[in-house]
Amino acid sequence: MFTLRDSLRPSYDVVIIGAGGHGLAAAYYLARDHGITNVAVLEKGYIGGGNTGRNTTIIRSNYLTPEGVKFYDESVRLWQDLGEDFDLNLFYSTRGHYTLAHTDSAMRTMRWRAEVNKHFGVRSEAVDAAFVARGIPSIDMSCGGHAPILGALYHEPGAIARHDAVAWGYGRGADRRGVEIHQQTEVTGIRVEGGRVVGVDTTRGSIATPKVLCAVAGYTPRLLDMVGLKTPIYIHPLQAMVSEPVKPWLDPIIVSGSLHVYVSQTARGELVMGASLDPYELHQTRSTLDFVEGLSSHMLDMFPFLSDVKVNRQWAGLSDMTPDFAPLMGVTPVEGFYLDAGWGTWGFKATPVCGKTMSYTVATGRNHALIEGFTMDRFARYQLTGEKGAASVGH
Amino acid sequence: MKIMVCPLNGPRPIMEFAYGGEVRVSPDPDTCSDAEWSAYIFNRSGSPGVKYEWWCHIASGYWFIALRDTAKDLVLRTLPADAVRGGLPA
Repeated sequence: MFTLRDSLRPSYDVVIIGAGGHGLAAAYYLARDHGITNVAVLEKGYIGGGNTGRNTTIIRSNYLTPEGVKFYDESVRLWQDLGEDFDLNLFYSTRGHYTLAHTDSAMRTMRWRAEVNKHFGVRSEAVDAAFVARGIPSIDMSCGGHAPILGALYHEPGAIARHDAVAWGYGRGADRRGVEIHQQTEVTGIRVEGGRVVGVDTTRGSIATPKVLCAVAGYTPRLLDMVGLKTPIYIHPLQAMVSEPVKPWLDPIIVSGSLHVYVSQTARGELVMGASLDPYELHQTRSTLDFVEGLSSHMLDMFPFLSDVKVNRQWAGLSDMTPDFAPLMGVTPVEGFYLDAGWGTWGFKATPVCGKTMSYTVATGRNHALIEGFTMDRFARYQLTGEKGAASVGH
Repeated sequence: MKIMVCPLNGPRPIMEFAYGGEVRVSPDPDTCSDAEWSAYIFNRSGSPGVKYEWWCHIASGYWFIALRDTAKDLVLRTLPADAVRGGLPA
């Protein structure tokens, strides 16, 4: 599927660090839309082995801020014909997405999100308990008696997709256009001279380049140390788990912020489930029993008939968290060093639009209009882009 | 079950504790620049390392300091909050 390369060339026009969805999407659009193909994508592990292969694959645009809604709506639009673009089945499946409200204050946030969404043409509605009961007939509307469902934010375009295939599709498309993907190639240093990027050192040798795009999810702070940039990003693990396959019974995607659960059923019948971040900074992808116990107990509040279903696997990824739950994107004070980071727990759905906007930003040296609310200088201006109210669950 | 040694209550399960973030030393707000102040407010040392952190024993409401390796998830020492009065311990 990918061309294997024996060695790195001495120089490239652009070096992308990280062959996850975001890095490969940027490579793909650089080659396809901007004609820039002398590009190396460097990956210390394997393609899509980081958070691209560890997320719970939910795609939605029901955000809270105008900046967020416009950005994710463009992403949802780009997702629609991606499979055809790649000639690869992404198993993109539009399911509808319920964010359940168990309190009056949660209902207020749902109405707020629905109104912002509708203003920008995104199909979201605040719905009542009867609508939820009709849409999810199997749910216990009282949630075990202690968290009755009052209503929800219903988002019709909510979807899931096969995450590995997204990385493969972008990677293959970039590879066919001449981009070099080097796996097992770890960046050990980024050379900066006179405030501009001049090259990258790797475990397989040094290369010269005027432009570097950093798209490394939970490893961002270590890369930023190499160029001397400070940001608010801090790392927490995010765990997830999957059940054994069962017959199809759950069509929509269900999120409950109060119960700290998000769940969908794959085409194969597995329930893919996630919850909140681990509660303290940690640079490890270990799994814990606390997580399975807590998440299972909340799943049973909603769906008590699952008590005999087995959990097959659990895993974790490292999340780049930011204080306002919005990403850090675009140009940086180091000329030629571009950032696509701060993707916390919300990055998978943004893969196509990140590739589009970052390829534009790298090609032209100017931030794309859709990412202006996400630049790293917003903190010094105290102009945060507060998206915490649109995070799947309370963190 | 992970155990943390609270300076007040002794060894307790980690679930009894809440994490309060890295200990950061404030610049003097009367003399520092706007950029130094916003950097203090927002920026973090995000890379893995051995860090002094604020932790709280929830049941007793007791705040203290832990020296923790954030790559290995090992608590190396715990200290009363007085230890960071006037800056980080040497």
